Amino acid sequence: MVSLRDESLGATDAAGPTVGVLALQGDFREHARVLGELGARVVLVRRPEDVEGIDGLVIPGGESTVMDKLSRAFGVAEPLKRRIAEGLPVYGTCAGLIMIADTLLDTIEGQRNLGGLDVVVRRNAFGSQNQSFETDLDVPALGERPVHAVFIRGPVVEAVGERATPLATLADGRVVAVEQGNLVGTSFHPEIQGDHRFHEYFLAKVRAAVTAAA
Amino acid sequence: MSTSETGSSRVKRGLAEMLKGGVIMDVVTPEQARIAEDAGAVAVMALERVPADIRAQGGVARMSDPDLIEAIIAEVSIPVMAKARIGHFVEAQVLQALDVDYIDESEVLSPADYVNHIDKWGFTTPFVCGATNLGEALRRINEGAAMIRSKGEAGTGDVSEATKHIRKITSEINQLKSMTRDELYVAAKELQAPYELVLEVAETGKLPVVLFTAGGVATPADAAMMMQLGADGVFVGSGIFKSGNPEQRAAAIVKATTFYDDPKVVAEVSRGLGEAMVGINVGDLPAPHRLAERGW
Repeated sequence: MVSLRDESLGATDAAGPTVGVLALQGDFREHARVLGELGARVVLVRRPEDVEGIDGLVIPGGESTVMDKLSRAFGVAEPLKRRIAEGLPVYGTCAGLIMIADTLLDTIEGQRNLGGLDVVVRRNAFGSQNQSFETDLDVPALGERPVHAVFIRGPVVEAVGERATPLATLADGRVVAVEQGNLVGTSFHPEIQGDHRFHEYFLAKVRAAVTAAA
Repeated sequence: MSTSETGSSRVKRGLAEMLKGGVIMDVVTPEQARIAEDAGAVAVMALERVPADIRAQGGVARMSDPDLIEAIIAEVSIPVMAKARIGHFVEAQVLQALDVDYIDESEVLSPADYVNHIDKWGFTTPFVCGATNLGEALRRINEGAAMIRSKGEAGTGDVSEATKHIRKITSEINQLKSMTRDELYVAAKELQAPYELVLEVAETGKLPVVLFTAGGVATPADAAMMMQLGADGVFVGSGIFKSGNPEQRAAAIVKATTFYDDPKVVAEVSRGLGEAMVGINVGDLPAPHRLAERGW
């Protein structure tokens, strides 16, 4: 059997920065593929030792309660928290945004987060799957062409703290994309949309961080 | 700002994408749903009787009581699925009205129509359907299924049929990948599936939707084997709550599904789980009681 089906990961031997994708559950292969296509060297992160060599991290869509439990059970949460506090660039989509938010609403009992992003995020903010939707979003930081965004039982950013900046809002004003220094979070899933601009935007942060550290 | 669209193929298939690498657990009470969520289930299947009990009690098995489904939805924050009978589009309408997150058009219940499956395109709520081979999977996708699960033989605790079905589907996909264009026309005819879907599978080397495995998974090693055989995730029905220690077994199966390629983790989580469900060997089941043969 092929371990972790590496053939689907794209360029795992590329020269670019080394970007980890948290691979405990969810659509991590889709992120890995996009990052590989953009020239990153992709590492799937499931254990503490996987965290050491990465220049950036993507936390995929999936079920945040499951990622939280497994990340603590297998000891990957603490090293990730430490790296985030040291300035590791992180991009979280949907469940990933929940994982990096400082404050969570509508969590299950005992659910924790990695934190770092100065925002308040509400889980499943739109309701059940019947309320999941796709729409075009203006994201000025990524240029004039709107981003086609897919929301799947997604969270929203209910409050943006002083250190964070909104990147996109829905027509009703709810914030669905934010950044803060090296951290980026979206309520939606660019990894399944075919629009790579959010990943490019994030990789630029990773490359800048690598250059700054050199 | 343009308009937003609910119930699109991308949105329906997208939820299944987010469930990948996870375990979906059958639950019959809100208490079990809570245990499942706490153990790390990625979603729960709300039903009145697990397949092992449907098998033991016999009779016609139908959609669950809306009160039960709503109580389970109220209890947990993860997605809740529920089953409709094959072809019973009104049960599916009811489940959509109850706001379940996924509808399983399931052979575990008694079929309501022996000719037609539900036309699933008209629903906002996505559907998952069972399949024993690639042709069956593609016919369901053609009818609008947004997720496929290999059927296995539900309620037995015998994983052999699940193995057979996931192997069959993946080997048929591999065969398509090596075919020339003219051979694919014949393959479509033989698979009794639309040519466009057959071509798509041949080109991409995978189903156009997420593929889980179901039916007879009872241990962490069973789950890890299904993942190694190419499943995107697993359904565990009777295997958890018909076992001696559901909390521990559920958490163990979740871990084994994530670390399916690491036998040390599978060994570690398999220790001291207590009694597994007793189970029935599929070979001992008389043919009329084999659920996987329902649906076509």
